[in-house]
Amino acid sequence: MRRLAFALLCCLSLAAHAALDPAAVKQLAAEESEDKIAAIHKLALTAEPEALALLQQLADDTLKDDKGEDITINNRVRRELEGALAVLKLIDPDAAVRYKAVKEIATNVDAGMGPMLAKARDRESDPKIRALLVEIHALATLKDADPKIRLAAAAALAGSADPNTKAVLKAQSEPANEAEVDVRREAFRSYLAVKDRLTLAETIGRIFSGLSLGSILLLAALGLAITYGVMGVINMAHGELLMIGAYATYVIQGLFRTHFPAQLDWYLLAAVPVAFFAAATVGVLLERTVIRWLYGRALETLLATWGLSLMLIQAARVIFGAQNVEVANPSWMSGGLEILPSIVLPLNRIVIVGFALFVLALVWVLMNRTRLGMFVRAVTQNRAMAGCVGVPTGRIDTVAFALGAGIAGLGGVALSQIANVGPDMGQGYIVDSFMVVVLGGVGQLAGAVWAALGLGIVTKFIESWAGAVIAKIVVLVFIIMFIQKRPQGLFALKGRFVES
Amino acid sequence: MTRTPFIVRFLGATPKSGWIALAFAAALTMVLLPALHLLVPAGSSFHVSAYVITLVGKIMCYAIVAVAMDLIWGYTGILSLGHGVFFALGGYAFGMYLMRQIGRDGSYQSDLPDFMVFLDWKQLPWYWTGSDSILWSILLVLVVPALVALVFGFFAFRSRIKGVYFSIITQAMTFAAMLFFFRNETGFGGNNGFTDFKRILGHSITSPGMRVSLFALTALMLLATLVLGRYLVTSKLGRVLAAIRDAESRVMFIGYNPLYYKLFIWTLSALLCGIAGALYVPQVGIINPGEMSPANSIEIAIWVAVGGRATLVGPVLGAFIVNLAKSFFTVAFPEYWLFFLGALFVGVTLWLPDGVVGLWRKLREQRKPGSAA
Repeated sequence: MRRLAFALLCCLSLAAHAALDPAAVKQLAAEESEDKIAAIHKLALTAEPEALALLQQLADDTLKDDKGEDITINNRVRRELEGALAVLKLIDPDAAVRYKAVKEIATNVDAGMGPMLAKARDRESDPKIRALLVEIHALATLKDADPKIRLAAAAALAGSADPNTKAVLKAQSEPANEAEVDVRREAFRSYLAVKDRLTLAETIGRIFSGLSLGSILLLAALGLAITYGVMGVINMAHGELLMIGAYATYVIQGLFRTHFPAQLDWYLLAAVPVAFFAAATVGVLLERTVIRWLYGRALETLLATWGLSLMLIQAARVIFGAQNVEVANPSWMSGGLEILPSIVLPLNRIVIVGFALFVLALVWVLMNRTRLGMFVRAVTQNRAMAGCVGVPTGRIDTVAFALGAGIAGLGGVALSQIANVGPDMGQGYIVDSFMVVVLGGVGQLAGAVWAALGLGIVTKFIESWAGAVIAKIVVLVFIIMFIQKRPQGLFALKGRFVES
Repeated sequence: MTRTPFIVRFLGATPKSGWIALAFAAALTMVLLPALHLLVPAGSSFHVSAYVITLVGKIMCYAIVAVAMDLIWGYTGILSLGHGVFFALGGYAFGMYLMRQIGRDGSYQSDLPDFMVFLDWKQLPWYWTGSDSILWSILLVLVVPALVALVFGFFAFRSRIKGVYFSIITQAMTFAAMLFFFRNETGFGGNNGFTDFKRILGHSITSPGMRVSLFALTALMLLATLVLGRYLVTSKLGRVLAAIRDAESRVMFIGYNPLYYKLFIWTLSALLCGIAGALYVPQVGIINPGEMSPANSIEIAIWVAVGGRATLVGPVLGAFIVNLAKSFFTVAFPEYWLFFLGALFVGVTLWLPDGVVGLWRKLREQRKPGSAA
């Protein structure tokens, strides 16, 4: 009876793997760790589903030798085993697992994997994974003894978009590493192709991060452009209105956590109007209580609004604490969009670019297609004349200020998703957003858009070779120089007026 | 008709009552306070502590900056939000000398300042050449802030940037400068700046004698600044400056070029700030990029506004009022300091456009007709 049980167990374990090299399977039960490791390697390189099952059993400690005893493995063997299992994941039925496995293997390819990778490649049905396997296989065979195989590998690598591959191809195109002229030439051709592709990818990545910075700047500057355009007032508390929007988002997130945890993912949608009205309310308060009384004294307004910003910052500290608070991305905003193997565009930034466009469209419609917008534009262009033809300039001031503050609040919602939310968060934005307004020209939506996106992209490009601090300084110097040439900004209003 | 000699015009600009007040101030700061600090034993209730000397010395440095700010803002109507840069540049220029005076007494016992040893630098950067000479350092204090202001002002005023535009551009300048000095590679100690000073001209920086000398020197500088300021604003130049403040276009139409007037007063203002910074650093014992933060520069404006613009004496009062309040609040109610400062900004601009001095004048005028009636 016992013998029978043994035999059954053997059938279930080692004997079941008839398709595999029986010697290698047997060797798994060897005494020496070295022999076991050799066997594991051999089995892994077959890339057969049976080998996967067998090694998985070994890893789970359920594999028995032909005497029915557990095969024990030490840590060293276990490490090797894990590596082998990773390789064998290439033939996993789940495409996602295969994809991950390919990505993992790509980081350390060695020449011995060639045949196994070829097998996996030929079996692969998913085109994306197949392309990756082609690349890895080529990498593995690039050092092959046969020049023909090397040539094929060098040609196959032309489709890669991996910085590593670029370096490997560069090395292969040098006489010191490659004897055959043809292979060298092919490797160099592929190297150029990969280099071009990588440069393109980098440029796209930079333009995108520039766009994303630009849309943040735009959200911060749009409101300022309106208030500055209408009232000629620099609202130094504008950054704090961003902060209020961000804290409103935080509060709404908290409310959703406690009251509607199931809908937590959608708290941002609720936060958008709340942030708008919270910031707009504070804006109206500021305008009615302080700014209105300083009309025509721009420098004093600047100082008074600075004082207001100090009080708002301190109020935020008292209410929410001096530490940054945590605002989480909803799940539909985390993750990224991979457009090429070397660049992933974070989803939250994509959403923010879209959100900026949405706010911009809203403001455009409001300013150009409504009676209120017409009044605001009229006051911007000529306050006295607008007053003469019956525009209630005082009320327009309040409404414009509320609108500008509300847009800042919307900017705060966007910022809360990518930056720290804390009492000081608004301080850094006032100079930047004013630069956008200066560059774009006062009262010009189009100017603000071009200036914000331009500044964002230029900053990111300089940052890539000079670092963030130098980029900031260069941009500021550039703006100062720019104002020399065009004091009225990129898109100056045409018309005749005398200053002061 | 002969022109009045310069010295007569210079001294005559300050009225007799002004000279009396200056003499009182000089006696107080250059004789009485130092004597009470040096000669009266520490136990006595008449003893002036080192803390008070340092605090008042520090505020007098601020007062010089406030007067410089008054010249450019109160009299010329140009609100600079970047005066902290010139103050800090003067401080850094003199701080380089103080760092070199540490010699081998730093924690690494090296000829180089500690932060350079920390960065593994083998020799001084080129711009530190000559920093071991006090004369060269004083020259730097006088030239560097003024030169930066001259270049910046030339470009800014030439393209007629004014009003809030100019204010924000100067704020951007101080922000950029702060970021620049925060970098370790810039060679000015990065985040920590300069500190742990040991001596000036071989004398210990913490000795009572040195403390009192710096204090008296600061007082002298402040009083000289006031006399110079009074002369400038009562001169023809001062009247052109006031005209630029009130109606720049008209000044141009009359045939003046405002550029050079503005540039002169702007550069002078920066120079005074640089000197104030150089006096500030040895007394306070530290200079770091935080001095260039936009918030610091904008606070200068509130000193001037609290005291009263275009009064010269007002800014000195304002610097004392605000900074004494700051010393009080940050110890007693640290949470409320920003509320107080913010309210001060709002309140002064709304209700006290002419500051404390303006309020005093108004009260006196109100009493006069009242007593006559």
